[in-house]
Amino acid sequence: MAAVQETIEQVRGIDVDQYRYGFETLIDSEKAPKGLSEETVKFISQKKNEPDWMLQWRLEAYRRWLTMQEPTWARVDYPRIDFQDLYYYAAPKPKKTVSSLDEIDPEILKTYEKLGIPLREVAMLEGVEPKPGEEDPARRKIAVDAVFDSVSVATTFKAELKKAGVIFMPISEAIREHPELVQKYLGSVVPTSDNFYATLNSAVFSDGSFVYVPPGVRCPMELSTYFRINERNTGQFERTLIIADKGSYVSYLEGCTAPQRDENQLHAAVVELVALDDAEIKYSTVQNWYPGNSEGKGGIYNFVTKRGDCRGANSKISWTQVETGSAITWKYPSCILRGDNSRGEFYSIAISNGFQQVDSGTKMIHLGKNTSSRIISKGIAAGKSQNTYRGLVTAHRKATGARNFTACDSLLIGDKCGAHTVPYIEAKNSSATFEHEATTSKISEDVLFYCIQRGLSQEEAVGLVVNGFVKDVLQQLPMEFAVEAQKLISISLEGSVG
Amino acid sequence: MNAEIRPVKTAAEIGLADLFASARDSLPGGRNAEAIRRDAFDRFAVQGLPHSRIEAWKYTDLRRLLRDAKPLVQRPDAPARSVGREAGAVFAGLALRRLVIVDGAFAPELSDLTGLDAGVAVRATAEALGADEMVLPLEMAGTDAVAALNTAFAADGVVITVAPGAVVERPIHLVFVTTGTAPAAMFTRSRLELGSGAALTLVETYEGPDQSDYQVNAALQVDVGNEARLDHLKITGEGAAALHIATFEASIGAGASYRDIGITTGGAVVRNQLFLRLTGEGAVANVYQASLLSGRQHADTTLVVDHAAVGSQSREVFKAVVDDEARAVFQGRITVQPGAQQTDARMMARALLLSDEAVANCKPELEIFADDVQCGHGTTTGALDEQLKFYLMARGIPEKQAEALLIQAFVGEVIDAVAHDELREALTQAMLDWLKERD
Repeated sequence: MAAVQETIEQVRGIDVDQYRYGFETLIDSEKAPKGLSEETVKFISQKKNEPDWMLQWRLEAYRRWLTMQEPTWARVDYPRIDFQDLYYYAAPKPKKTVSSLDEIDPEILKTYEKLGIPLREVAMLEGVEPKPGEEDPARRKIAVDAVFDSVSVATTFKAELKKAGVIFMPISEAIREHPELVQKYLGSVVPTSDNFYATLNSAVFSDGSFVYVPPGVRCPMELSTYFRINERNTGQFERTLIIADKGSYVSYLEGCTAPQRDENQLHAAVVELVALDDAEIKYSTVQNWYPGNSEGKGGIYNFVTKRGDCRGANSKISWTQVETGSAITWKYPSCILRGDNSRGEFYSIAISNGFQQVDSGTKMIHLGKNTSSRIISKGIAAGKSQNTYRGLVTAHRKATGARNFTACDSLLIGDKCGAHTVPYIEAKNSSATFEHEATTSKISEDVLFYCIQRGLSQEEAVGLVVNGFVKDVLQQLPMEFAVEAQKLISISLEGSVG
Repeated sequence: MNAEIRPVKTAAEIGLADLFASARDSLPGGRNAEAIRRDAFDRFAVQGLPHSRIEAWKYTDLRRLLRDAKPLVQRPDAPARSVGREAGAVFAGLALRRLVIVDGAFAPELSDLTGLDAGVAVRATAEALGADEMVLPLEMAGTDAVAALNTAFAADGVVITVAPGAVVERPIHLVFVTTGTAPAAMFTRSRLELGSGAALTLVETYEGPDQSDYQVNAALQVDVGNEARLDHLKITGEGAAALHIATFEASIGAGASYRDIGITTGGAVVRNQLFLRLTGEGAVANVYQASLLSGRQHADTTLVVDHAAVGSQSREVFKAVVDDEARAVFQGRITVQPGAQQTDARMMARALLLSDEAVANCKPELEIFADDVQCGHGTTTGALDEQLKFYLMARGIPEKQAEALLIQAFVGEVIDAVAHDELREALTQAMLDWLKERD
């Protein structure tokens, strides 16, 4: 009887959602009128106190967007989005002008606390300070920019970063304080006309992070942005711009969650990275937007354009992503390898369960001489989900000595899901060397049997195998993210066995 | 004012519409066929010629490559027929049963129809269509525009049936030859039905004059019955200015085995699209394709292998040798249908770029809806290995010859797959000839 009961409990456990971040914060917020028009764009620009050039830039993007069509080539299926039925701007109502963390709405602080994101620098310092030389990596300092709906609510460690010369602030502030940098680089990697969602983002983006690392500086701590969608019916359109000047290094982390809701919400972000000579940018994402419930209702539509430009010689950009959330993911972090000897990397784990649809991958565009790129993609499909890897590797005529290695593996758990691989390999240069391999299989019965025979439960055994499967990618994540990601993977797969 | 959006039609699209309007009454077929043709042409007219925004035609923009519609070919006259007698020289001297199709029309008097093997029947497509005894639509190609064009215009070809259990020793050679120097378009449709347990080797060759920019749109439908075995070898050796589009469909039954070898050396623009469906348990398909390209040739091989049954197996190998300013395209998709468990599928695509202007575009896809499967694909693109070349040259082999040896080894895998000894030898010779022309 007990065993039967246990089974029933387990099945029940599968039915309820496993999403831990589905709570909603009740606070007053200020919104732009529903719908999208030039007025909305002007409203957002005005709210941000933007200079006129920025407004013109947005309006130009908006006008272009009106002429564009929603892309349909991805293997995702969703009802048409009514772009007039969304709020394009939502900000927590300020009680008064915020000058320090203490004045931020405590509800928001609580939200981030619940999410496990430290916004109080003091909290980080209170703990046992690691002795010099034996730094505990899990306690390393991380500067956080917290974006709540359309605005950045707090950025930590600003002063300390300033000492090193690193600029880390919400992009809305950067537009006012560092217009020369923003004007020079904004839209230089993802032009306003790039694609439907990027153009929409250019018109209505509200906040995001801006990072500038001056020449020769190794950023003293990990930078991080935490995105939270809270408000109902809002789209989040964040914009991130990271510039690593000559010989600098920066590691940037990004995390995202949203409340559990029955309706779908839109998230259309643009991330631009610029690496100049000898610079390196490491960009890590743990994407855990609300994926919808077990019937496939609700969840975030995640339509993101991320692109890095290795503009200088010997520069390097590395993308690492763990994708477990969102009802629909449409995301292709890419590298333009323009500088000679530049290098691009893409490490990805995409896990889909329930009714999730993932169409994700990367583009490696080899333009410079002796450029190299590496793609490691691990897709895991469970439940009734569809998981697609779509990637492009191309070498242009002048990209002599270009090299690429791609490995994409898919794992299927259950017979109702689908795993797909769609690589595009274009060589326009005889000295380019491209290698690509892909496999799809299910977890070997032998391996599972071996684990279970040694006393592991079915679920633990699957967890173990899956963790082994994605190990190559997890190793690329900064320590504190790797632990989180590992936990996330086991949560995402809960209930998918059997 | 009413702003109606009307897609801009290219000259070729308008030409094709005129062509159909004037030809449709004279095309063979009963009332049934007429309706199907009309329907197929309407489907084409709606979408127009495929272009690079159509995913299946991403790398072959037919709107650009097919500039104008050529008039439908005239029935071959006596001199044309005499050319047909000489065609298919690649396999001259081999004891193949020749069925000759001159300028898109089956020529029985040039064909070897005496003493057909037991269980084998051959007739002209025009005849089968006239009796309303042939399926016209190309079902596996779906909405593909050029397949629809073939259905609309197909006038002749051959229909071969092999009775169940008949093991045909003598390979059948379909010799397709274009003779005229005046630019013309021809649409052929052929069909092969292989009864259960039957076995056959089928060879197709395509050739034509270098001076004429003729257009070929050929389609072949094959039904491989349960436990049957078909070896299929196709050589696309069209004239230097020709446009060659071929649609191939095969349904492969339980326990049946299908082996496909395709070699493309000729034609200015070539598109070979193959649709294979493994419909029965334990069906096996092996596909080996090679393109040897030079000058400004453009050759596209697009392959869809659809695993629709339990325990089916497929292997696909694609090799491209690309010289000068030529472009090679390979798109291969392995689909595993829901429930097609224990599928075992592997695809390998390799391109060898011999010049700095050569281009290879490769898109291998996996589309999998069942979990108990083993699927994989791999691709590589690169130049000749300098170290290997050096090794050979250090042993006194001149550079060109060393290159030729390495290329031969690269393509060898495809040619070695030919089971028939004499055919394999003839093919090896054909490849050596191609290599000689490089010098």
